[in-house]
Amino acid sequence: MTTALKWLKKWVLFEILQGHWRTLTYMFRRKVTIDYPYEKGILSPRFRGEHALRRYPSGEERCIACKLCEAVCPAQAITIEAEEREDGSRRATRYDIDMTKCIYCGLCQEACPVDAIVEGPNFEFSTYTREELFYNKEKLLDNGDRWEAALAENIRKDAPYR
Amino acid sequence: MSELLSLFKPITYLVGIILLVIIGLLLSVIYLIYAERKVLAAMQLRRGPGLVGPFGLLQPIADGLKLLFKETIIPSAANPFLFIFAPILTFSLSLAAWAVIPIDEKVVLADINVGILYLFAISSLGVYGIIIAGWASNSLYAFLGALRSAAQMVSYEVSIGLVIITVLLCTGSLNLQDIVLAQKNLWFAISLLPMFVIFFISALAETNRAPFDLPESEAELVAGYHVEYSSLSFALFFLGEYANMILMSAMATILFFGGWLPPLSLYPLTLVPGFVWFFLKVSFFLFLFLWVRGTLPRYRYDQLMRLGWKVFLPFSLLWVVLTAGFLMVSGRLPGLS
Repeated sequence: MTTALKWLKKWVLFEILQGHWRTLTYMFRRKVTIDYPYEKGILSPRFRGEHALRRYPSGEERCIACKLCEAVCPAQAITIEAEEREDGSRRATRYDIDMTKCIYCGLCQEACPVDAIVEGPNFEFSTYTREELFYNKEKLLDNGDRWEAALAENIRKDAPYR
Repeated sequence: MSELLSLFKPITYLVGIILLVIIGLLLSVIYLIYAERKVLAAMQLRRGPGLVGPFGLLQPIADGLKLLFKETIIPSAANPFLFIFAPILTFSLSLAAWAVIPIDEKVVLADINVGILYLFAISSLGVYGIIIAGWASNSLYAFLGALRSAAQMVSYEVSIGLVIITVLLCTGSLNLQDIVLAQKNLWFAISLLPMFVIFFISALAETNRAPFDLPESEAELVAGYHVEYSSLSFALFFLGEYANMILMSAMATILFFGGWLPPLSLYPLTLVPGFVWFFLKVSFFLFLFLWVRGTLPRYRYDQLMRLGWKVFLPFSLLWVVLTAGFLMVSGRLPGLS
């Protein structure tokens, strides 16, 4: 009986037709891909993208040049030089991140005691030249100003889990 | 002067019709390529081309233009004349076959009484373009691909031939229009179902489509017989291959799906013009081609040969004998009555 059934199944192409039915149903399923440049995936508040240096609401920059991020950076992508400002506060005169070295591990933002250096939600910062990826303090602060709303929102969302 | 004009008039008319057929065919070919990409994408839960034009409808045109502007490379070891000649042959043969395809009652370029033989001959010639390409490229991959393709097409042509013979037994005519009209009451796809299945599977092998796309199995042979081709010569192969798919679908439609006839001769269905039915049926077969490609993995070479020679050939031969015997005994053999 089983051999007869097997034989019959083979000759009516049962399994092949079954496979075709499966692909047909898949044709009408929801697509798993998205139309990337027009449609973007959901990012977690913990997403580690392009770096930014944040400011206090007063406009004062947060970074106090403690160099914890420089010390913790496993790729040694961060270079900081610090000096005392006229008002006596300690500030970075130089804050460089080599984005080609960075491995986006997020240890810098973990190490930062004042939430100054953060990795934001931006991941579309490709450039035509390598040199453009050597970020300096000006560029990082500019990023901070541009993305502040999103950065603050992400930090607020993630705060309960810290 | 007027004699000359009267000579030219039918010729220009004919040339116009031929151009119309060719342009229509080329358009269907490029949109078949688009449809293939969309259908395969959908079956793999992807989206497929969608950037160029609305729904990506201009994508095939963009691809074609890209190919046109590329450099035609002729390998130094190749035979230049045959190398260029092969894609032209493949492409023109796939167009030439359309001369006898009736898309509606009496709407056909050449209503010849050996239509089906002509179709069979032209589709058999298609293997030459591939063999010449493989040999003229002077490349091992191309040569292997061409050999596989030749062996495959020759093997499956045998069973296609027997399937056609069965249909001819039932119609008693080699004229494609008569074959279609013989299906007025019942499509041969129903009365000759096993032969229809064999015909379709053989058509897959004949056009080198998945799951029988061994000649160009990209994983092993890079691209088979057209590895060395670029630019327009590659485009001609590509178009020829897809035009052959359309041709095979048209053949299946005429032989088994009642050509331009509506599925049932009932009132609302007969209102639809015949060429629309023809177009729908061909589209259905083309979708089948794509569907099969989206579903089945590629056959191994020995499996392909085994299927062709040890399953299809004896089975179709048996069915020819059975059909002939049945027609003879029941006295339905056309031409005898």
